[in-house]
Amino acid sequence: MHELTTPISDETIRSLHVGEPVAITGVMLTGRDAAHKWMIDTFIKKNRQPEGDDLEAYEAIKPLLNGGLIYHCGPVVAGLDTKEYRFVAAGPTTSIREEPYQGDVMRHFHVKGVIGKGGMGTKTLQACQEAPGFYLHAIGGAASLIAQTVVKVLGVYKLEFGVPEAMWVIQVKDFPAVVTMDSHGQSQHAVVEEKSKKVLEALLAKH
Amino acid sequence: MLDLTQQILELVRLTSTDLPPDVEKALHQALDHEQPGSAARGALETIIKNVELSRANSTPICQDTGTPIFYVYYPAGWSTRQLRSQIEAAVVEATKKSYLRPNSVDSLTGKNSGNNLGGSYFPTVHFEEVDGNTLTIELMLKGGGCENVGIQYSLPNSQLGAGRDLAGVRKVVLDAVHKAQGQGCAPGILGVAIGGDRGSSYYASKEALFRKMDEPNSNPELGALETRLTEEANQLGIGPMGFGGETTVMGTRITALNRLPASFFVTISYMCWAYRRRKMTVFRDGTVKYE
Repeated sequence: MHELTTPISDETIRSLHVGEPVAITGVMLTGRDAAHKWMIDTFIKKNRQPEGDDLEAYEAIKPLLNGGLIYHCGPVVAGLDTKEYRFVAAGPTTSIREEPYQGDVMRHFHVKGVIGKGGMGTKTLQACQEAPGFYLHAIGGAASLIAQTVVKVLGVYKLEFGVPEAMWVIQVKDFPAVVTMDSHGQSQHAVVEEKSKKVLEALLAKH
Repeated sequence: MLDLTQQILELVRLTSTDLPPDVEKALHQALDHEQPGSAARGALETIIKNVELSRANSTPICQDTGTPIFYVYYPAGWSTRQLRSQIEAAVVEATKKSYLRPNSVDSLTGKNSGNNLGGSYFPTVHFEEVDGNTLTIELMLKGGGCENVGIQYSLPNSQLGAGRDLAGVRKVVLDAVHKAQGQGCAPGILGVAIGGDRGSSYYASKEALFRKMDEPNSNPELGALETRLTEEANQLGIGPMGFGGETTVMGTRITALNRLPASFFVTISYMCWAYRRRKMTVFRDGTVKYE
């Protein structure tokens, strides 16, 4: 088990390879479908004008993402009435939906690590090689357990996206994950896909 | 008519936070098959720990509490309109208590209703009148990750060499498992419907998932195909979370519907390992049993 503390250095990222388990301590930002689309449309491709508190939110997340981690997660959050937020359930969501956006978001904000489940594709793998960065696979559905590693909710941006889609700033301790895409161009997902395809072809040839 | 709101709230809590024993047993069996020290075994260990923690703390097993899908089997004399409003009230309360995540999003505005209500399809409630005096409500919570890898094939499918028979069904189901990889939170359970129209086939593929893990198919031919498909899906080696490993699928449930001469659909609903389904029975004297 590699213990990682944010911000994570390039040297540490380069030292990690697919298959290695990690435990993360520090700060990360959640962001999923609505957040990625908003970042791309408003600040990267700029095909929509910032409105409301967009610019304020952008300025606030920039330093958090610079050298930081983005977690594909739509949590269950208690304390919505009092704003004394607490994560109740917080496993990863499927990452591949962010594949069209992730590489560009990584480059724009200098994101070092993406946490989610199910893995991502070649564009994100490419961005991991450039950054250098990595993709960390959390255990899908392990929501109560992961929520216990979220020791504090530090803030939230774009809550109007809804609780699951908002960008929550969280402090974590020993958040468990496995490196499945590394900065050396290796992807465990591509390996499993390829191997299972060969087996599938053999099975399809049988009656 | 009885007000069952509090009893339905308990059904929601139980479904979201306490995995059925047959599923937990299957997860333990899967764990036994994985290599010590492997990522696959680590994933299953975490999953089992999470299941135990969720039960102890009454917190959602998975943060994606899905679309609440209710099946209500009611004796004559109950009002389905009142039952629906009690189910809605229970869902709102369950959301406040953090048993459910606010999951109902307006597809046009993107706005989350915040309370898990939204139109006549959210939550989804199916009603069916039954003989006798007991009312039964079954609930399934099926998250979006596994829902997104569900797929429907129209046979014949020349690319897969799948014709309009059970051999063809076998091929498309294996293709679906391969396409899903780890995205549906493997190890999963497959709900398969053969036949129907596009809509009924999807419904039936989910209804098949209410059958317990150790309950055999009433049709021996389909039962044999279920066993074979589970074994062959596991040969793919996708494994827990798609990390590579021995258990990709914990079980297969197949049902068959009549079809039109022109159509031969095979629909696969992929259920994640967080296979949350529970049942409550309300007896004539008002007592309630959960299982």
